[in-house]
Amino acid sequence: MEKLINEFSVGLFFWQTVLFILLLLLLRKFAWKPILNAVNDREDGIKNALAAAEEAKKEMQNVTADSERLLKEARAEREAMLKEAREIKDKMIADSKETAKIEGDKMIKQAQSAIESEKKAAVADIKNQVAELSVEIAEKVLKEQLSNKKEQLKLVENLLGDVKLN
Amino acid sequence: MQNFFVKLLFVTALFIGNSAFAQEKEGEPTDKKTEIKAYIQHHLQDSHDFNLFSSTDESGEVHHYGFPLPVILWDDGLKVFSSSKFNHGETLAEVDGNTYKLYHSKIYKTDAEGTINYDEEQHPTNAKPLDFSITKSVVMIFITGLLMLWLFSSLAKSYAKNGLIAKGAGRFFEPVVIYIRDDIARSNIGEEKYKKYMPYLLTIFFFIFFLNLFGLTPLGVNVTGNIAITVALALFTFLLTNFTGTKDYWKHLFDPLGDTMPWYAKIPLYIILVPIELLGLIIKPFSLLIRLYANMQAGHIVLMSLIGLMFIFKSWIGSPLSFGLAFAISLIEILVALLQAYIFTMLSALYFGFASETHEHGDEGEIQHL
Repeated sequence: MEKLINEFSVGLFFWQTVLFILLLLLLRKFAWKPILNAVNDREDGIKNALAAAEEAKKEMQNVTADSERLLKEARAEREAMLKEAREIKDKMIADSKETAKIEGDKMIKQAQSAIESEKKAAVADIKNQVAELSVEIAEKVLKEQLSNKKEQLKLVENLLGDVKLN
Repeated sequence: MQNFFVKLLFVTALFIGNSAFAQEKEGEPTDKKTEIKAYIQHHLQDSHDFNLFSSTDESGEVHHYGFPLPVILWDDGLKVFSSSKFNHGETLAEVDGNTYKLYHSKIYKTDAEGTINYDEEQHPTNAKPLDFSITKSVVMIFITGLLMLWLFSSLAKSYAKNGLIAKGAGRFFEPVVIYIRDDIARSNIGEEKYKKYMPYLLTIFFFIFFLNLFGLTPLGVNVTGNIAITVALALFTFLLTNFTGTKDYWKHLFDPLGDTMPWYAKIPLYIILVPIELLGLIIKPFSLLIRLYANMQAGHIVLMSLIGLMFIFKSWIGSPLSFGLAFAISLIEILVALLQAYIFTMLSALYFGFASETHEHGDEGEIQHL
């Protein structure tokens, strides 16, 4: 202890105190404050950048979720549209089938009635022609047969008989 | 890096070698061991001139290489003169009619013949003028200060120039600065108050660290191993601790048990407790100053003794052995240089932490620790 006290130099202590305080003040002004501020700024910058990245990531996730949702919606819509279209198609087919059937039926009926009337006309025509022909034939036959009297009478008789049967 | 230290050791060894041989040739009947001891003793002390190395020529005359430093004395008025007047303690300096003698690195006022009177314990009884000389240590403090100013202000500037990224040597020191901030200041003082102490902690860390490292160079400076320096440093920590102490800190000092028991129960305890607390106030900085002083002093003694061993064992086995040991120790000393700076800073931060602690925060801290 005595050695320590003996070694203690007031002058060195004085200079150390003065120089150290001076150094502390100068360093505080010109070094430590700017350094610590710069380091802090940088750390804040990094923190902000990280937060921004996180934010962007979240945004991205939102966007992805949004697009996913939109896609889903679009898909559902497409599905619905397709379904609707199919339904419409089916309905249209059914409708047209119906219409076609009705139309066909109508046409068939028309055709049938036309055929009927044609037939009737044809039959009437045929009847007329047959009548004419028969009259002609009859005329010819009569002319032939009526060349003799007997024959004529017999024919008349037969005809009369036929008429009765009709 | 290692190569550098090998060279460093070699150069140190050379210097010591020179002086050891020099003294041998003076023909004094001292043996080598006491020479080395005296040399180490001399090295550990501050000196009034910046001596780089000494040599002896054939005629036995000792030449010192270095430069003198100004001597500033307060002896009924300011006396300023160059230390070359002492001629390394060999001559007396006469200034304004007073005669001064440099004796064992201290300046004494003597009569015209330079007689030194001793008391029974062989201590000089001559008057000692107040010595404010710019000694070797003061020069080293100054150089370290300039180095730190240059280094850290250029680091600060490089941030501004380089977009918040350190450049050059600052890149090495920036992590240290951040380490001191995060692991020494923040963790010991707390988030709210650490900023106030940062300039001091950074200054003290690098100041001690650089001076410790300078102590390992062949310049032979022993600044941090000087009691006046460590007293001053510890005193700064002590004053800063107590001047920034909060109300809770002082309350804890004089009322350590707080509201845990009634006042009449506290009285007998406080007769013992309060003096212990007050003693702790002094012991804390005292341990700081002794720890740094003793570590640096011991490191220098061990290292120089090991180098000195080379000149005692002049054999092919002893010298490489002591060289190897000195090399190993010097590596350890580099670690110690860092460690002592760290410990001083760490403990200062711890004491600041005690002083700036407020009660609520203390409780919160305890809860967090649980």
